[in-house]
Amino acid sequence: MARRLPKKDVVIIGLGWTGSLLAHELTDAGLEVVAIERGPWRDTSTDFSPTQDPDELRYGVRLDLFLRPAQETFTLRHNTGQNALPIRWPGAFIVGNGVGGAGVHWNGHTWRFLESDFVLKSHLSQRYGAGAMPEDMQVEDWGITYNDLEPYYDKFEYISGTSGRAGNIKGQLQPGGNPFEGPRSRGYPLPPLKDTAPTALFAKTANEMGYHAFPRPAGNASEAYVNPLGIAMGPCTYCGFCERFGCGNYSKASPQANVLPVLMRKSNFSVRTESEVLHINKDASGTRATGVTFVDTSGQEWEQPADIVLVCAYGLHNVRMMLLSGIGTPYDPKTGEGTVGRNYAYQSAGAAGLLFEGKRFNPFVGAGSLGQCIDDFNGDNFDHTGLGFFGGASITTSNYHGRPIASSANRAPGAPAWGSAWKKQVSSTYQNSSAVAGQGSVYSYRDKYLDLDPVYKDRYGRPLLRMTFDWHENEKKMTRFIAQKCAEIGKAMGAKHVTPRSIPDHFNVVPYQSTHNTGGAIMGSDPKRSAVNRYLQSWDVHNVFVVGASAFPQNAGYNPTGTVGALALMAADAIRNEYLKNPGPLVQA
Amino acid sequence: MAGLPNDPLISRRTLLASTAAAALVGATFGSARGVKARMLSGEVPWAPGMATPPEPLVPNGWLYFTPEESRAVEAIVERLIPGDDLGPSGKDAGCAVFIDRQMAGPYGGAERLYMRPPFVNNASPLFGPQSQLTPAQQYRVALKALDAYCKANHGGKGFANLPGEDRDKVLAAMEKGEPNFEGFGSRPFFNLVLQNTMEGFFADPIYGGNRDMAGWKLIGFPGARYDYRDFIDTVTEPYTLPPVSLMGRAGWTPGR
Ligand SMILES: Cc1cc2nc3c(=O)[nH]c(=O)nc-3n(C[C@H](O)[C@H](O)[C@H](O)COP(=O)(O)OP(=O)(O)OC[C@H]3O[C@@H](n4cnc5c(N)ncnc54)[C@H](O)[C@@H]3O)c2cc1C
Ligand code: SF4
Repeated sequence: MARRLPKKDVVIIGLGWTGSLLAHELTDAGLEVVAIERGPWRDTSTDFSPTQDPDELRYGVRLDLFLRPAQETFTLRHNTGQNALPIRWPGAFIVGNGVGGAGVHWNGHTWRFLESDFVLKSHLSQRYGAGAMPEDMQVEDWGITYNDLEPYYDKFEYISGTSGRAGNIKGQLQPGGNPFEGPRSRGYPLPPLKDTAPTALFAKTANEMGYHAFPRPAGNASEAYVNPLGIAMGPCTYCGFCERFGCGNYSKASPQANVLPVLMRKSNFSVRTESEVLHINKDASGTRATGVTFVDTSGQEWEQPADIVLVCAYGLHNVRMMLLSGIGTPYDPKTGEGTVGRNYAYQSAGAAGLLFEGKRFNPFVGAGSLGQCIDDFNGDNFDHTGLGFFGGASITTSNYHGRPIASSANRAPGAPAWGSAWKKQVSSTYQNSSAVAGQGSVYSYRDKYLDLDPVYKDRYGRPLLRMTFDWHENEKKMTRFIAQKCAEIGKAMGAKHVTPRSIPDHFNVVPYQSTHNTGGAIMGSDPKRSAVNRYLQSWDVHNVFVVGASAFPQNAGYNPTGTVGALALMAADAIRNEYLKNPGPLVQA
Repeated sequence: MAGLPNDPLISRRTLLASTAAAALVGATFGSARGVKARMLSGEVPWAPGMATPPEPLVPNGWLYFTPEESRAVEAIVERLIPGDDLGPSGKDAGCAVFIDRQMAGPYGGAERLYMRPPFVNNASPLFGPQSQLTPAQQYRVALKALDAYCKANHGGKGFANLPGEDRDKVLAAMEKGEPNFEGFGSRPFFNLVLQNTMEGFFADPIYGGNRDMAGWKLIGFPGARYDYRDFIDTVTEPYTLPPVSLMGRAGWTPGR
């Protein structure tokens, strides 16, 4: 029997990036807020200190900070004709667990999506004709525009201390920035990070080729910084233990560095750690949530009543939570009806591996987001007429680590992986390897979706989330095109070996690709085709808000979190300024 | 949790002392802190000793491998990374000890893996490992099969007793998946040993491999340095400071 706790105004499922932003905003509005987090408490001084953090085996390979499949995992099948298999050890994507969520061990690339990304369906129909898209492609408009989101992008960048160079301030193009970006109200809070040899070479070469290089917007503080909450960040030391690691220097944008020091001191906030929410409870009408039920480490179940339930559990877990709780109608790919699970998408990589000769890159000097980019082949920044695909990628040379275990696999095409020949070349490949890589869009399709697995269960006997996902022709063509562009740049950079790579025939769960899983509880203006409205409020249960990349109708050619953070802050504003005055649907269906 | 008290208030000094005593040979890690559900409010929780350093392991002998298995693993890692004028072999750098300690710990026991049935044995590799065997069991089964294979094809000699060139031939065949290993395939086993050997050669020496930071010296990786602000403006110059491990450098603790 679940024991009942005193009621709160707000219960938040998961204290990661979105959960901590919303907790901060809503406690500022005077609400009593409790967050329930399935993983442990984590903080800079105790868990990521420089004396324990630079440990590649522990964090980079054994994934100490991540969700362990023994606790929960996902199943995958490529199409509805297959039986799904569990992901027994994570590969393609590795999700967060514990206070800070994946915000602890992300790289910090802090992007805004393009203006056309938010109105993709109408934009592509207008420019190329309504019939130009493949028949099973299910792209949608977001129900908001870039301009609606701009103030919240700005707010997220200032809270998290983004380093970068603006390309467009209020319509004025800025030298050295991204000329394709939407207009921003002001520049970044911090100047860009410094370059390393390969990133500087990329920028120089790309500009010589007529492209428009700019430094990647980075959640790694290029200088000391105090954010609007009054929290101080230290300058990034280019330590090279960033992605998959916490930051010991208070330099990486994260809940720990940018929100929790203030949030934790508020008397109207509390967090329960090592406590996993099992489901959201609803009243008899089924249109109002009454709170959540969670289980602690002793196996005791608790009921936490609350007026508002915020689902901030990471996109994939958000969808599972809705399915387990009966919030919204599950999507059915046969009929195309139902919304929960609809439009699952991902990220796609077209790239070129580079091996130089006679360089000394010293790759260990790096930061999670350090890189130079071009956006000339992203989104619809280039004419797609006759190309046979839509979408594109931000193209980058990064320098985010020189971790030796991972780097031991770098080698020239066909070179041995072991023995004395491997040993002779490993120090040279260590110093001479780089890449030009595209972070590509993935559009949504009728047959790619999320639901509950009929066979595999978690440790509490509840069904795992099942992904039905594989690559479509559109993305294969797009990544081949991008890989070709990457290879051209790589050759012009002077690399001796240039190895283009596009996505394979079928999605492979083994090599790491990206933890950018999107969709499944998408936002929109039509309740038949979206699970939440423009404020991320459930169409079906008005006091449930579902916050995360689950809201993306399809994925753009960028990492998601700039947009996820902005959406969270926009939802927070809507709750503070509209919902509290008049609890009920914020948008009439 | 192997021997580490999970009391959050254990002093860091105690922790460091026990780490220092046992660190040279190997370590694993776990959650050193209590994993009980907690309610936190009103402050950022902090207490001395709340850090979660790597967990020290017992220094001597083999913890998981039998004497025969340990000879075979040494014979493998010695060929995957041979000793030469560039530096010591995988064996001399401690890779076999590293693998032994890994097998004895949570990694070998598949503690973090999803290990619930049903297991599908002929699954496409695109779906990742689907074996019901833990990594430790995979070594046990595959090393036995390797021995049988060598004895049948190399005049009754086990892998560890073959000359180096023959061992290379066997390993190259395993890399291609040619020998038929009962219970666990020769190719997945080769990939596992190669991955674990590279881990041992390049991980922090605190885990028992990368002895004297041999792996890091080979490629020019400075280890747990963590601050390159002074160096980034001249980043293509040689980096001259010697590598440093999480437990410091031998020279920092004389007499060890
Ligand atoms: C290695 C890596 C690198 C990345 N790099 C980038 C990057 O450079 N740029 C970028 O834009 N994005 C990046 N990402 C993605 C980024 O981390 C996420 O987009 C971001 O953290 C999402 O925020 P969130 O609040 O939705 O989820 P999270 O920050 O993951 O928080 C979700 C929280 O909910 C908790 N939770 C889940 N289920 C339950 C439950 N049932 N009960 C209680 N608690 C629960 C989880 O434990 C977790 O703490 C990266 C991710 C990874 C893993
Ligand atoms: S690279 Fe910079 S931001 Fe990243 S962990 Fe190191 S110091 Fe922190």
